[in-house]
Amino acid sequence: MVVIGNGMAGCRAVEEILARDAKRYAITIFGAEPRVNYNRIMLSPVLAGEKSFDEIVLNTAEWYAENGIELVSGDPVDHIDRERQTVVARSGRVESYDKLLIATGSDPFIIPVPGRDLPGVVTFRDLDDVDKMLAAAEQGGPNEEQGRAVVIGGGLLGLEAAHGLSLRGMTVTVVHLMPTLMERQLDEAAGWLLKQELERRGQTILTGADTQEIVGKDGHVAAVRLKDGREIPADIVIMAVGIRPSIMLAKTSGLECERGIMVDDHMVTSDPNVLAVGECVQHRGQCYGLVAPLWEMCRALADHLTEQPSGYAGSVTSTKLKVSGIDVFSAGDFSGGDEGEDIVMRDAARGVYKRLVLKDNRIVGAVLYGDTVDGNWYFDLLKKQEDVSEMREGLIFGQAFALGGGALADPNAAVAALPDDAEICGCNGVSKGKVIQCILDGAASLDAVRSTCKASASCGSCTGLVEGLLALTLGDEVQAGPKTMCKCTSFGHDDVRRLILEKELKAIPQVMQELHWTTPDGCASCRPALNYYLLCAWPGEYEDDQKSRFVNERLHANIQKDGTYSVVPRMWGGITNPRELRAIADVIEKFDARMVKVTGGQRLDIFGIRKEDLPAVWADLNAAGMVSGHAYGKSLRTVKTCVGSEWCRFGTQDSTGLGVKLEQMSWGSWMPHKFKMAVSGCPRNCAEATIKDFGVVCVDSGYELHVGGNGGIKVRATDLLCKVATEEEALEHCAAFIQLYREDAHYLERTAPWLERKGLEWIRAQMFDDPDAVRRLAARFRHSQKFMQDDPWAKRAAGERRDLHSHLATVVPAGMEYA
Amino acid sequence: MEATWLDLGPVTQIEPGMAATLPVIGGEEIAVFHTTRGEFYALVNKCPHKQGPLSQGIVHGDSVTCPLHSWRISLKSGQVLGGDEGCVPTIPLKVDCGRIYLLRESVVGKRAA
Repeated sequence: MVVIGNGMAGCRAVEEILARDAKRYAITIFGAEPRVNYNRIMLSPVLAGEKSFDEIVLNTAEWYAENGIELVSGDPVDHIDRERQTVVARSGRVESYDKLLIATGSDPFIIPVPGRDLPGVVTFRDLDDVDKMLAAAEQGGPNEEQGRAVVIGGGLLGLEAAHGLSLRGMTVTVVHLMPTLMERQLDEAAGWLLKQELERRGQTILTGADTQEIVGKDGHVAAVRLKDGREIPADIVIMAVGIRPSIMLAKTSGLECERGIMVDDHMVTSDPNVLAVGECVQHRGQCYGLVAPLWEMCRALADHLTEQPSGYAGSVTSTKLKVSGIDVFSAGDFSGGDEGEDIVMRDAARGVYKRLVLKDNRIVGAVLYGDTVDGNWYFDLLKKQEDVSEMREGLIFGQAFALGGGALADPNAAVAALPDDAEICGCNGVSKGKVIQCILDGAASLDAVRSTCKASASCGSCTGLVEGLLALTLGDEVQAGPKTMCKCTSFGHDDVRRLILEKELKAIPQVMQELHWTTPDGCASCRPALNYYLLCAWPGEYEDDQKSRFVNERLHANIQKDGTYSVVPRMWGGITNPRELRAIADVIEKFDARMVKVTGGQRLDIFGIRKEDLPAVWADLNAAGMVSGHAYGKSLRTVKTCVGSEWCRFGTQDSTGLGVKLEQMSWGSWMPHKFKMAVSGCPRNCAEATIKDFGVVCVDSGYELHVGGNGGIKVRATDLLCKVATEEEALEHCAAFIQLYREDAHYLERTAPWLERKGLEWIRAQMFDDPDAVRRLAARFRHSQKFMQDDPWAKRAAGERRDLHSHLATVVPAGMEYA
Repeated sequence: MEATWLDLGPVTQIEPGMAATLPVIGGEEIAVFHTTRGEFYALVNKCPHKQGPLSQGIVHGDSVTCPLHSWRISLKSGQVLGGDEGCVPTIPLKVDCGRIYLLRESVVGKRAA
């Protein structure tokens, strides 16, 4: 028998055969590497300096000798002649076989970018690669500085390489194409935690980073250039983007291959005398890159070769690893979703995230971050497909909790059993006794408990315990508190907004982790809300998340019932001119718009534009000096005006002029909901200013400022906020009112219901109790506007985010090409 | 007959949490989704409610919320979720070596009604 491949799979297969029948075959093993078989997954500790090569050797030279195995190392097989049943090695050596076992493993995948062949670009596959990395770490960078390593690939292998190099004293940057590290093993939430932790440990992690070129200097690697133009200096580049089954040899010898070498359940290839095992095979459509399946394959192979066939049925895999001491575990299918049911537990203080995916009361997937003690238990339940409905309540807390006590039929029993001095809320130091006292004193809802004794008011991880105490103390008398933001969280909008500021939360996954979201990535109602709250809290700092935007705000146009869009260019104060009108008319004809309509907000709406035409439409409108009208946004819409003192015989002030100034000040700002303004030149109020979010009615002595009006489902006339004497004051008060609304209202709450909820007196108090309040609010608004007043149409017209406007391709069915 | 797969190009064309469209001449437009967890799915780009373009909805978990009237659709099964009823046809999809493939017969077979 000849074995091609002296690695983990090849040697384990031989061991399994020997254990069953040591005398059946005379065995020769060919290996490409000039050494005995070692544990490839332990290369990371070798790189990190935690282990030596001798410690990771699996089969010593003596083992080969004792078992009568001939090892031909450093001599890869180049050719298989299946007719004559021989193999030919690179040295020219020919060996014949009765049975041939291919265990060639896998090859690192090299991304096809310029510079990939430069000296200093290495993969992470064998001991030679490790030696090259160690040499680079030893040598350091120019000018006695630390050596700089760039690892391309933020998967399992890449992160291990990065960790090892970092321990060896190199400055490490990880460049990862996907937005989530280890996206095949982790979900977004866990990937985000891992990234934060690695960054805290000094590595630079660039996600969503696409490598364009590896730049060389003096014949050696010098930097990695990304598609976005960034260039990262490097003394060594580690290519760790993935592996692919090594099938070249099998393929050229005519064996059936797809992604891997095709094998049946007994690891037999399309030639009955040729078998294959390990990472190079494809079994029932699957290729594996982990160790556990290899062992199972080797057993089935040995059973077959010793005529006691058992068969391999495929493997369910799990990954458990430690990167820089961070425990991570994943198993099964954790894409979960609708047919599955998620159980999520987050413990921000300990940096723990756990997620189980259940389907029909059985675990189908698990992701654990920070605490993987129960990984194997979950994996066992998953593989056995055990019904977990009995212990469902305690499942996420782990084996000890779920199986201990037996009190789990009633989840409140565990809380009931706690002593009075047991701490319920760690953040605010509240004991069980205090919570119960607070409930007995009249706090009958979760929210009331939070506001009186502060239990669960900070991170919210003890919310379940507090709810348990409420139920135990009051039974059916528990009152539902104010509505939570959505079903993903126990917090209401106000709490979320307050905590974003208090805890300085600056990214959506961070909010979800710190506030113990119960879903992995939120829902269509909390995602846009969080995006707005972060945008409002951290102007200039928070990067808008397009995937959390409703379609209209993502495409900067209004979707219509047929899937086309309508486009409304801004007409400042409702004023236009021949040049703008000509440009609009041209757009209507050029793009075959089916309708153009005058809107209620004194502008023109062009209907029936296809998403792929939007950038071109905008380019034409931009060319005539027009910008986005934000008719699609939770943002400033229009400022309706009348002609005012310039033309009207009743006009008292320049209402059009003030309207234009208001619009120029506030366009582009994102708000909790849409926001409309109007300026009327006299109390006849032709601009209908008293049903707007902010309306100005000009009078002889100055400007009446009205707020909280609405002409929608429920008509509401405005309340008079105050009266001011000058245009400057009107503008300043407008900015202050908008900012107060932006900072306080709930997402999707118009000013009318907001004002009714808070009361006019509250709004007046916020603005006028402190004589400096208006100035400060207005200053915050103007600061935020510095980052917002950037025409989104111009950027798209210039080519930004083409992916949002173009199709992937167009399919033309065969036979229709010339139709 | 062996299944043939249509190569749609690299996975990087679609940002996680987003979708891209694939018009089919003489057939139904297809939406290809990339979830934040890294999975890819393909569905006919039409909500069973009022034919809204699902590709433009917000993707969360393994579902998409239709931009027209907020119906929620399973990306895995095409089933309408959360009380409403209906189903969107799904198209078999595979990802191999960083490229997206759709089952050709399912793509061209879905003729417009």
